[in-house]
Amino acid sequence: MDLTVIWAFIIAFAVFAYVVMDGFDLGIGILFPTFNAGRERDRAMNSIAPVWDGNETWLVLGGGGLFAAFPLAYAVILPATYPLIIAMLLGLVFRGVAFEYRWRDPGHQKFWDAAFTGGSFVAALAQGMTLGALLQGIEVEGRAYAGSWWDWLTPYTLLTGLGTVAGYALLGSTWLIWKLDGEEQAHARKLAVRAAIATIVLMGAVSLYNITLNADYAARWLSAPEIYWVAPVPILTALVAVSMLRAITRERNSKPFWLGIALFFLGMSGLGVTIWPYVVPESVTIWQAAAPYRSQAFMLVGVAITLPLIIGYTAWAYWVFRGKVTDEGYH
Amino acid sequence: MLENLDALLLARIQFAFTVSFHFFFPAFSIGLASYLAVLEGLWLKTGKSVYHDLFKYWLKIFAIAFAMGVVSGIVMSYQFGTNWSVFSDKAGPVIGPLMAYEVLTAFFLEAGFLGVMLFGMEKVGKKLHFAATLMVALGTFVSAFWILAVNSWMQTPTGYFIAANGQFMPGPSWWDIVFNPSFPYRLVHTVMAAYLTTAFVVGAVGAWHLLKDRANPHARKMFSMAMWMAAIVTPLQIFAGDMHGLNTLEHQPAKVMAMEGHYQSHPEGAPLILFGIPDSEAKTVRYAVEIPKFSSLILKHDLDAPLAGLDTIPDDEEPPVGMLFWSFRIMVGIGFAMLGIGLWSLWGRVRGTLYEMSWLHRAAVLMGPSGFAAVLAGWITTEVGRQPFVIYGVLRTADAASPLDAPAVAASLLAFILVYFTVFGIGVWYILKLMGKAPHAGEYGVKRGDVGPIRTAGITPGPTQNPGGEETLPTHAPGEKEPV
Repeated sequence: MDLTVIWAFIIAFAVFAYVVMDGFDLGIGILFPTFNAGRERDRAMNSIAPVWDGNETWLVLGGGGLFAAFPLAYAVILPATYPLIIAMLLGLVFRGVAFEYRWRDPGHQKFWDAAFTGGSFVAALAQGMTLGALLQGIEVEGRAYAGSWWDWLTPYTLLTGLGTVAGYALLGSTWLIWKLDGEEQAHARKLAVRAAIATIVLMGAVSLYNITLNADYAARWLSAPEIYWVAPVPILTALVAVSMLRAITRERNSKPFWLGIALFFLGMSGLGVTIWPYVVPESVTIWQAAAPYRSQAFMLVGVAITLPLIIGYTAWAYWVFRGKVTDEGYH
Repeated sequence: MLENLDALLLARIQFAFTVSFHFFFPAFSIGLASYLAVLEGLWLKTGKSVYHDLFKYWLKIFAIAFAMGVVSGIVMSYQFGTNWSVFSDKAGPVIGPLMAYEVLTAFFLEAGFLGVMLFGMEKVGKKLHFAATLMVALGTFVSAFWILAVNSWMQTPTGYFIAANGQFMPGPSWWDIVFNPSFPYRLVHTVMAAYLTTAFVVGAVGAWHLLKDRANPHARKMFSMAMWMAAIVTPLQIFAGDMHGLNTLEHQPAKVMAMEGHYQSHPEGAPLILFGIPDSEAKTVRYAVEIPKFSSLILKHDLDAPLAGLDTIPDDEEPPVGMLFWSFRIMVGIGFAMLGIGLWSLWGRVRGTLYEMSWLHRAAVLMGPSGFAAVLAGWITTEVGRQPFVIYGVLRTADAASPLDAPAVAASLLAFILVYFTVFGIGVWYILKLMGKAPHAGEYGVKRGDVGPIRTAGITPGPTQNPGGEETLPTHAPGEKEPV
């Protein structure tokens, strides 16, 4: 297998890790207003306070890795989705500082809670719309983006944006089912049911819309013999969706969260099938965008050594803060 | 006003703005992470609670500064693509891998252990907690290593060739790319700058509380530690800066010519211009106060050594002289003021009056932000001095920008300015509020209102905590067990 394909999988892994790990952080931000100010919100936020920073780092690996392994793709996609990327970054600024500021300034806690929600929502929406903008195609001329600066705004990208918001809300609410108990957990269950239904509906809508976007996408999914290879993706997605809804309502602890991750995994696999072997659909293949062999090989050494360590100490940090969030010292 | 600016200038202003703002936080957190590691190490070694209290005092401040550094840093990692896509496409194969290494070896390390450092003392015990603090401190240093390798390569590019498609390609050795000629100097100079920045902040906070209560043992300890740094590291930093300057003279002579204000060549020894007003139209420094032949002495270690001036550089390859001339003098001036504080504190130590010299304390308070000013001035000197190139001598800044319309860049620039001044202004204010509180015995660490972050099964609940913040909390007797 050539290094370019390996790197495509590494970037996909980083993006997947980001989407599920910061996905539940952002989802909690999106759902934050539905929790009562005070103890409920404190517990919800404290369930992610020790890990959000590490979760967000996968975004830097996804972006930095794309820059390093596929510089042409990085140089085309970012200008094409410029306002979305800027909006996402500013959303993440508000979301990130709210973790600290809300404790520092009790007089303005409501304001920072709103910043936490607003920042999370904007970041999630912008990420989903960026994905949509990529899937619907980007105009490329020579080695640069050639479209206008509003090309990213279409009904399709709004749909992918909302789908991402719903998906993150699903991850966030199922994470809270796992980490909370009592009333807050019951509340999280209710949220999870709604988020799950919204996610499944929007995933289905995006999938159908995808097929109408261009003939190539349709051929991937609907023509024989490809259909026999790809059919398991929608079938498994339906099975996971059903068992997740059952798990949420049947008082399961961590199972809904893991099934939520499985749902995202299947969604991303579907995306992979749709765009392969392009990194900018219909314009730039992974081989056209790839950095030279020497750059990819140099980085692969680093990935091979550090990625197992990163996964190891990240898992340790999660293990340290395992279990239900309780009100330590609350009598 | 913004309508008259073109997209290129707006993109340059945006990068300068976001990177300047961003660098304040790492400049502080690189030093502070190491300081926290030293405090925790001393606490574990000596068992003295003053170190533990100081650790927790500065940990609260670190948590805020680090969060601001993280969120402003993510912006930087995407600015390359959003505003400088041609640069990204061309330079990606060379600098991309270095930045990927920064993420893999530094960002994950910092972020992965930060949670344990902030909230994990009770759960993992002292030794593992100390290990987590060390990993965070190490991460900040490794991050500096990689990003400065990237910046230095853009200043003094080596080990590459240019492919037919216009991309910079790595040559046979990555060593030549990472350890490019200016990298070792820039690394040492920048890391010491970060240490001094932190030392002067710590010193100012200590001095502030000494002015209010000169018996406060915590204020004494932090002031003393900071003054040792000022006395020992400042001379080393001045020496490192001089070496860095000589390296720049060798590899980027036009930058040094502009810093010195040498419009003309001086075949028989160049004067050191202390002050003056550079006039690039007339190609002269007006009202110059100068020491004859001293520039040759500093740069060539020979009074009569000839020094070339900007008259040997084509006009379209000259950096803007006025900005460099001033930023360089601000940096050097602050450096010598820091040296003065360090020497003053040594004199106080010898006389045994370090904690009674209120004029030294006032001066130290005044010098609290000096490190930030020096660091910013230094970066302006080196970055503006690279102009008009983004990769020195090879790729012009004007040829590196994204194909964006001016209104798009102007709108995002305005958004960054509004958000950064508001959000980071408030963050700095929270930090100043924390610094305004006197450090005391039984200091609390990072608090999360009523709720401890997460309880592990089997750990007994800690003491009662108050949602209002630590000012209304009961003071613990020294040595009493409490959460960090």
